[in-house]
Amino acid sequence: MTIHESKRLWLACGVGLVWFLLLLWPLLGIKPEGLEFASTFKVFGYVAVAAVFVMFFYQVKEAGYLDIVGTPTKQASTALGKAYDKAPTWLLLGIVLAAAIAFPLVTGRYAHDVAISVLIYVCLGLGLNIVIGLAGLLDLGYIAFYGVGAYTYAILSINYGLSFWLCLPIAAFIAAIAGCIIGYPTLRMRGDYLAIVTLGFGEIVRLILNNWMSLTNGPNGILSIPRPELFGYTFRSLSSMYYIILGLAVLTILAVYRLNYSRIGRAWEAIREDETAAELMGVNTFLLKLLAYAMGATFAGFAGAFFAARMKFVGPESFTFLESAMVLAMVILGGMGSIPGVILGVLALVALPELFREFQLYRMLVFGGAMTLMMLVRPAGIWPAKRVGRRSEEAE
Amino acid sequence: MTDKTPILELKNVVSAYGRIQALKGISLKVFEGEVVSIIGANGAGKSTTLMTICNIVKAVSGDILYKGERINSVNSDILPTMGLCQVPEGRRIFPRLTVLENLDMGAFFRRDTAGIKDDVERVFDLFPKLRERRKQLGGTLSGGEQQMLAMARALMSRPKVLLLDEPSMGLAPLLVKQIFDIVKMINEQGVTVVLVEQNANLALQAATRGYVLETGNVVMEDEAKALLANPDIRKAYLGE
Repeated sequence: MTIHESKRLWLACGVGLVWFLLLLWPLLGIKPEGLEFASTFKVFGYVAVAAVFVMFFYQVKEAGYLDIVGTPTKQASTALGKAYDKAPTWLLLGIVLAAAIAFPLVTGRYAHDVAISVLIYVCLGLGLNIVIGLAGLLDLGYIAFYGVGAYTYAILSINYGLSFWLCLPIAAFIAAIAGCIIGYPTLRMRGDYLAIVTLGFGEIVRLILNNWMSLTNGPNGILSIPRPELFGYTFRSLSSMYYIILGLAVLTILAVYRLNYSRIGRAWEAIREDETAAELMGVNTFLLKLLAYAMGATFAGFAGAFFAARMKFVGPESFTFLESAMVLAMVILGGMGSIPGVILGVLALVALPELFREFQLYRMLVFGGAMTLMMLVRPAGIWPAKRVGRRSEEAE
Repeated sequence: MTDKTPILELKNVVSAYGRIQALKGISLKVFEGEVVSIIGANGAGKSTTLMTICNIVKAVSGDILYKGERINSVNSDILPTMGLCQVPEGRRIFPRLTVLENLDMGAFFRRDTAGIKDDVERVFDLFPKLRERRKQLGGTLSGGEQQMLAMARALMSRPKVLLLDEPSMGLAPLLVKQIFDIVKMINEQGVTVVLVEQNANLALQAATRGYVLETGNVVMEDEAKALLANPDIRKAYLGE
């Protein structure tokens, strides 16, 4: 590295740090009691030291002083990558599935709790992935379908005593109908307009849940929803609930995988790329867009019914816009249209914050930073969708 | 030729974008096996004519007949199954699908896997460049290759009538010539071609007959050779 390059790097680092200070101070320094500087500079000091250290490390690495460590590490990682490519898919999937099944046996209650919410969000993320990643319809009110599913189970089980297993398909079905209801009027809209209308729809559903006292018990929510039962066995423990949601998640993954490589999936992608051209190629865009909404909503309905059973309580505040935004962030962070990508995105946004509980206050700040960084470094997501189509493969 | 029923016929078709009339009563006939060119300046209604035939823009009045059957209210997505396929203006390939997947989309409504496979080979023979690039994303192709892909995609539906909108747009002269050679080849294989072009000279050379459009009206129709020789046309569209 020449002196010139090194100067430019340090300059960029310095400008970045000043910029960070300007952003940080309004966050930490402006308080009701007045302006404050000490806490800002304390946090800034840590970050600056870390940044300088990273820069120093980078320069040492560039200069080649670390090759003794770096080269073997790199060799090992490429070897690992090669082994990964060589290993049959079923073996890798088998290992992951076995690990997922064994997970509750070796961990505690807290880990179960986190794992359950990860799997719920996997269902939600994959469902939203159909709407956004495949069909390219930006849906900002997706959580409404989750709410519809949750309330369907809550109401049916409390008022009519229907079992969880019967309610599961009903919840999915009703969510799918809700998907069609939102889908139908928005079919002619694209881009920004669609986003605004779906955002509005999400809020409408939340307000209905909040205000329809006789049906939903309003802001108090519905309490003591029964746990699922199967042949006399009640799923009381968290680990048993984990297996239900694991089953649902696996079902979702399989379904989305099949859809992804089907004719319908291809048609959705064509609609995402160019709607008019897709129509000229003989794609019934009207029906397929409606189907995308319905399918996405179906998986949210499953997840919702499970959510109600797991919490034993549903209230309208679980289905705010923030939740929609979170699911959207997971899909985009992980990689739109890619199943492993969405799962990674969920892990990054649900499991990581649990690991760093101490820094909870800065969670949104870190999210924002992470999203910005991702868009700059890996705009297609952590694990971008691979473009291999089954029919194309056959045509070779 | 006049006593045969045309494969595609427009009778007094009017269409509009909102309140602005784009076509003010267009009548034209296309017979089987022909190459018909529609030429005209910007905004004359050439592309709108094709979009109206495909029902993307709705006809306000008039009849669109395909093989003698009125298709005004047939949905756009049904038309390819009837053998009427359009290569839209500006190519409009699917940029984030591979070349092969783009071709698959062209055969979307077809179920005969073996036939589709044969047709993929057939269009690859017609456009050898695409074979080299079959795994590449459509958006990474050059302009000429994208035009070829758009045409290949349309051919995958085995059209009887191919509607081509400005295939020469934004291409180098050498490529334009290549594209027109391929249009001729497609026509020789029995596909009727309707060609919308700004490049009047090339379009009329490739065509059997031609229509001249001006602000939503057909102002002239004749054999292509006669149009090429017509001094008015030469002055207005061929820059003489």
